[in-house]
Amino acid sequence: MIRLDHVSKSYEAGSPALDDVTIHIDPGEFVFIVGDSGSGKSTLIRLLLKELEPTKGKIYINGQDLKKVTHKKIPMYRRNVGVVFQSFRLLPDRNVYDNVAFALKVVEAPNKDIKKKVPFMLSLVGLAAKYKSKPNQLSGGEQQRVAIARALVNDPKILLADEPTGNLDNTNAWEIMKLMEEINQRGTTVVVVTHNMEIVKAMNKRVITIKKGVVVSDVGGDNYED
Amino acid sequence: MKISTHAYNVGQGMKNVWRNKLFSLASIATMTACIFLFGIFYALGANFSQMLKSAEEGVAVTVFFNEGITQGEIDAIGQEIGKRAEVSHFNFVSADDAWASFQEEYFNGNEELAAGFADDNPLANSANYEIYLNDVSMQPTLVKFLEGLDGVRQVNQSEVAAKTLTDINGAITVISLGIIAILLGVSVFLISNTVMVGISVRKEEIAIMKLIGAKDAFVRQPFVVEGILIGFIGSAIPLVLLYFLYGRIIVYMSSEFNFLSSMVTFIPVDVIFKTLIPVSLILGIGIGWLGSRITLHKHLRV
Repeated sequence: MIRLDHVSKSYEAGSPALDDVTIHIDPGEFVFIVGDSGSGKSTLIRLLLKELEPTKGKIYINGQDLKKVTHKKIPMYRRNVGVVFQSFRLLPDRNVYDNVAFALKVVEAPNKDIKKKVPFMLSLVGLAAKYKSKPNQLSGGEQQRVAIARALVNDPKILLADEPTGNLDNTNAWEIMKLMEEINQRGTTVVVVTHNMEIVKAMNKRVITIKKGVVVSDVGGDNYED
Repeated sequence: MKISTHAYNVGQGMKNVWRNKLFSLASIATMTACIFLFGIFYALGANFSQMLKSAEEGVAVTVFFNEGITQGEIDAIGQEIGKRAEVSHFNFVSADDAWASFQEEYFNGNEELAAGFADDNPLANSANYEIYLNDVSMQPTLVKFLEGLDGVRQVNQSEVAAKTLTDINGAITVISLGIIAILLGVSVFLISNTVMVGISVRKEEIAIMKLIGAKDAFVRQPFVVEGILIGFIGSAIPLVLLYFLYGRIIVYMSSEFNFLSSMVTFIPVDVIFKTLIPVSLILGIGIGWLGSRITLHKHLRV
């Protein structure tokens, strides 16, 4: 499903953000990518979103070589990859319903589908009652739930989460991770970039550790040691 | 793109004008100022052109014939003249007409002086064609042609008048086009700047749209609608202002400066606005469209 073959990414100055990274993630997997700040985790997510191009190596998503995805085809590609950020990135002037519906508007879904899917997604993330609230009226955890609902409303096969619990307290962080696990159990491949080691250890999933742009370990949950 | 998506984006574009009230107001004010100045220059230019045109209409080329020419030959020359593109209209003035007009001009009140000539027309060889031109700048070409015609003795022209009018016409055209081009350039620059500020304010929104799979057209459309709407409002306001101002100025000039009304006929407001309305709206909407397109093209690669 996700394959990185000897991928390197260098910015103009300094050492490479990623150096000869090879990772294979199968469909339906739940994978943590951990590492210190500046280790290259976010660069990896940006490469998978095709926000950046690798300097070397190849990236395949669902068998598709990302190098061959032209600028015109990027929107169609991104519709199959849901993404969640640490800072939620919701539209502040629109309510919860409109934030989620926006993802469907973007892909030109028919109105009747929007009316059906948005309430379903909001009930899935436990926010059906707050559909009229604006983001600034919600807690951090609730805002992240809205972001997850928006990321999933187009039924992507992959969910990428870049530090999804970074701005949340412990209780909310756990709730978000449980929600991600549920989503994974429904068949979505989930890749979570985090440095919350407590959650990583407790979740017992595959963990890929990156240090200074290099993959230093790739182990199943049982074998992970901080 | 589906019709419902277009409708959604048009709605979003309208909402954007309201959401970015300050920037929208700045753009509308800029556009209003530019179109207002354009309208003033257009109205001035049109009135100048009209004055020149009426001055040009008074400039005629006169063609005199060889002695002993027959009426048939004169008619043949007339047919040749009538075929020329430079000619607006022409009149035949017979020797008798010329003498009658001379008497009226010079012996008015002293008809007994003219009586001495009795039936002996002193202007017997003064039959001529008075030729009026479509464009006074074409005078030299026509004169050259007329001088080459058989049976033509002399061609009288007012070289100085023709040259002065042609020069003034040319200068006004160049100045008007220059000022209009500068105004349009400034408008596109300012609108594009305003849209750019609007875009940088909403960079995050654009980035989110792109990350969840929005096509460029989907991202672009609300901004373009916004630009067009600002352009429309920014050209409608100065049109309304100019409409009332122009009418009042004409009335004021005609009543306060009586000598002007005998010299100049101002173009009526509805005639000016028959051109000014579509041109200003097209300009305003075009500048709004162009400004937002240029800016988006630069900033859309997220």
